[in-house]
Amino acid sequence: MDVLQYSPQNLSEPPSLYPGYVSTVPRSPRQKLVSIPQTLTEVTGPIDFGDRVLRAPVHDMTRQGKGDPIGERIIVSGRILDDRGRPVPHTVVEVWQCNAAGRYIHKKDQHDAPLDPNFTGQGRVVTDAEGRYRFVTIKPGAYPWRNHHNAWRPAHIHFSLFGAGFATRLITQMYFPGDPLIDIDPIAGAVPADARRRMVSRFDIDTTENEWALGYVFDVVLRGRDATPMENPL
Amino acid sequence: MNDVTAPPRLGLTPWQTVGPFFHYALPWEGGENLVREGVQGERIVVRGRVLDADGAPIPDALVEIWQANAAGRYDHPEDCQADRPIDPAFIGFGRCPTDDDGMFAFHTVRPGQVPGPGNSMQAPHIALGLFGRGLLRRLVTRIYFPESEGNAVDPILGLVESDRVGTLMATREGEQDGMPVYRFDIHIQGANETVFFDV
Ligand SMILES: [Fe+3]
Repeated sequence: MDVLQYSPQNLSEPPSLYPGYVSTVPRSPRQKLVSIPQTLTEVTGPIDFGDRVLRAPVHDMTRQGKGDPIGERIIVSGRILDDRGRPVPHTVVEVWQCNAAGRYIHKKDQHDAPLDPNFTGQGRVVTDAEGRYRFVTIKPGAYPWRNHHNAWRPAHIHFSLFGAGFATRLITQMYFPGDPLIDIDPIAGAVPADARRRMVSRFDIDTTENEWALGYVFDVVLRGRDATPMENPL
Repeated sequence: MNDVTAPPRLGLTPWQTVGPFFHYALPWEGGENLVREGVQGERIVVRGRVLDADGAPIPDALVEIWQANAAGRYDHPEDCQADRPIDPAFIGFGRCPTDDDGMFAFHTVRPGQVPGPGNSMQAPHIALGLFGRGLLRRLVTRIYFPESEGNAVDPILGLVESDRVGTLMATREGEQDGMPVYRFDIHIQGANETVFFDV
């Protein structure tokens, strides 16, 4: 059985080993990855499972507590596309982030910043038939980490996406335009500068809602199917 | 290999680490259990540890698996094997964060064989994705079972240097509630480094 494969991984992916991000040193393989053809295993993947196993959708992360969370309410919207610009419909998008003060609800987050009883920082949406998603949240704060002296993560929202198959899985981070921390952050900086810009959302006045919240647009591009079946590399 | 007349491809959104703080968002209750009442096939437990270069356990990793059901069928429109039934009591996808000892464990069924490239058949296997703090991008590997007949002719194992194939083999580790338990430790680095795939 020959299957139509997904496009190759991008050359501008971060490497597994990036010494500026210190934890990659003991946590990256030293042997070369073994290239394999995509088989039925890689071109299939979990779809239509969201309602069966995952928790309920959360479109508004400012409505998870008894009251309003502290911080700047924002709208994040965009499209999930493949690399030929075709929408990826009905796909699960999981997001998580710290609160406006830069603190996560997590036992290992030691940052001396307050928790917000009205903000959990996790959401889940599903794209529509045109690949669109939208959620409401609070703008996350920057937070320190112990990678090096005076290390601060730029404000970011974590995104987890599936797409159509095992090979299209993606976890990334969305950054905010104009943040001076992006270019000195070893995690964002592990990605070459051209491709790094693809992780920066843009402010959008049309997504912004009058007297309510600023809007940011973040489109995500996943691997797509090749137009023609590839030569069988075996 | 790409069609040169096609419109230029959009740049892919790059990978970033899942970070250390995903626990409130990604794991879900029962995410490590792929079986429901009445599942077809042989139930098994697959468990192991995720270890770093020094052999130290990684307590903030996330493991995802994707596999065919016992009949060798994926619950996905791309799998058109009409003679192999989809099992409504089986979910082919699981997710498990590692614990303080770097351990993960899944309750699943022994997967059937699935077609490979050309006329080949793949030996029973489970695709595995590994995420964690310090992992800028997902690491992909496969779990195989040592006693499977198809291993010797598996088209993917055939691409792996013979002295490293062992890192893809789970080992039998007794029984739990009457189910075979398989052990699959993942060595991200070091003398026994697990084979990771570029897919
Ligand atoms: Fe973060």
